[in-house]
Amino acid sequence: MAVTGLLLVGFLYAHMIGNLKIFFGAETFDHYAHWLRTIGTPLLPEAWYLWIQRAVLTVAVLGHIVAATILARRARQARPVKYAHRPKVQGSYAARTMRWGGVIILLFVIYHILDLTTGTLNPNGVAGEAYANVAADFAPSRWYVTLFYTLSIVAVGFHLRHGLWSAVRTFGQQSPRGELYARATALVLSLVLVVGYLSVPFAVLVGLVD
Amino acid sequence: MDIQVRVWRQEGPSDGGRMVTYDVKDISPDASFLEMLDVLNEKLILDGDDPIAFDHDCREGICGACSMVIDGVAHGPEKATTACQLHMRHFKQGDTIDVEPWRAAAFPVIKDLVVNRGALDKIVAAGGYITAPTGAAPEAHATPVPKKDADLAFEAATCIGCGACVAACPNGSAMLFTAAKVAHLGLMPQGQPERDTRVIDMLQAQDDAGFGGCTNMGECSQVCPKGIPLHLIGRLNSDYRKAVRKSF
Repeated sequence: MAVTGLLLVGFLYAHMIGNLKIFFGAETFDHYAHWLRTIGTPLLPEAWYLWIQRAVLTVAVLGHIVAATILARRARQARPVKYAHRPKVQGSYAARTMRWGGVIILLFVIYHILDLTTGTLNPNGVAGEAYANVAADFAPSRWYVTLFYTLSIVAVGFHLRHGLWSAVRTFGQQSPRGELYARATALVLSLVLVVGYLSVPFAVLVGLVD
Repeated sequence: MDIQVRVWRQEGPSDGGRMVTYDVKDISPDASFLEMLDVLNEKLILDGDDPIAFDHDCREGICGACSMVIDGVAHGPEKATTACQLHMRHFKQGDTIDVEPWRAAAFPVIKDLVVNRGALDKIVAAGGYITAPTGAAPEAHATPVPKKDADLAFEAATCIGCGACVAACPNGSAMLFTAAKVAHLGLMPQGQPERDTRVIDMLQAQDDAGFGGCTNMGECSQVCPKGIPLHLIGRLNSDYRKAVRKSF
């Protein structure tokens, strides 16, 4: 969980920083989108790096899902008879919603790829016109897309708030003070990620990007 | 005070079991939770009913026998308190209190609220020991132990093996128990020779016994009557990683 998770968080941060280039205008953003295809050239043929990264990320996502499924199945087998009286788990909301939050995020990632990578579900959907695709996607008339995007990003935020701390613990974090630092850092990193990602659709909504 | 209790009744391991409601009248607020059950049992016996079976021994909060989930919380609503040290003054007149056994595949119900916690013994048998010769207590200054390590080892050693961590864990994991045992031996100089095999063998025994995996929810530490800290699980993970790396 921890190893694949941290790999995915690394990607999320790189992706978020790339997204923020949209505030520098259409030309810069489209150029950035094109540049992604040229990473690694001339050592690698064009777009090879991109496909290697996609393969690594897919393996990480699958590994993450397999590990989560094993844990969930073991949990179900470890408690065959449920409690008649069971108050809410005292741990954080984030810790309680890891499994369903993960399912929401997976559904979102599938939609997101069909929307902005392949362009299938995008109203503009022209390859190379990254800026126009994003602007068309989050147009005020498509408020439901923005809503789904917002909910998914918030789900990612909650997932990371528990996940980041939990990963650090898995790697052996073991002092009470370090626990406070790890929890606080996980919260800050999750918040930064949520704000960074949500700034794009809301910039489209208020007309900063169009 | 007058209260109602809904208690899990199960005649034996093969019985399906059910929650049964009983009225308990004129209970002193200073009675412990187990004394309240004693009063109820006396009434049940006089009425010709089967008394409620529950585990108890010292009733001083140090043996770890009283295993019951009260209103959905292992050992009841008071922090760092075993069920025998929980007093009725923490409940209100007219309350309905749910009492259930520990729920875990590794802890099969024997009768009513009594479960078999032998799975924890299997984890201890797998590595909860040292091979140094024991006997009379050695001279205390012969083996220096840093104060910090001694304190943490002592804190971990206060685990009474009651199983509340398993009962509370949403994953039914015994990680806090295993972490406490691994830490209290692994922090001492006498525990070093088996430090690596201990953590690997005890975790293996835990998995084999049918406990779930840890996802760092932190429920265990919340209900632990001895307040075993959650960060010991990080120590267990660290020891495990180092032991696995050395085994290659």
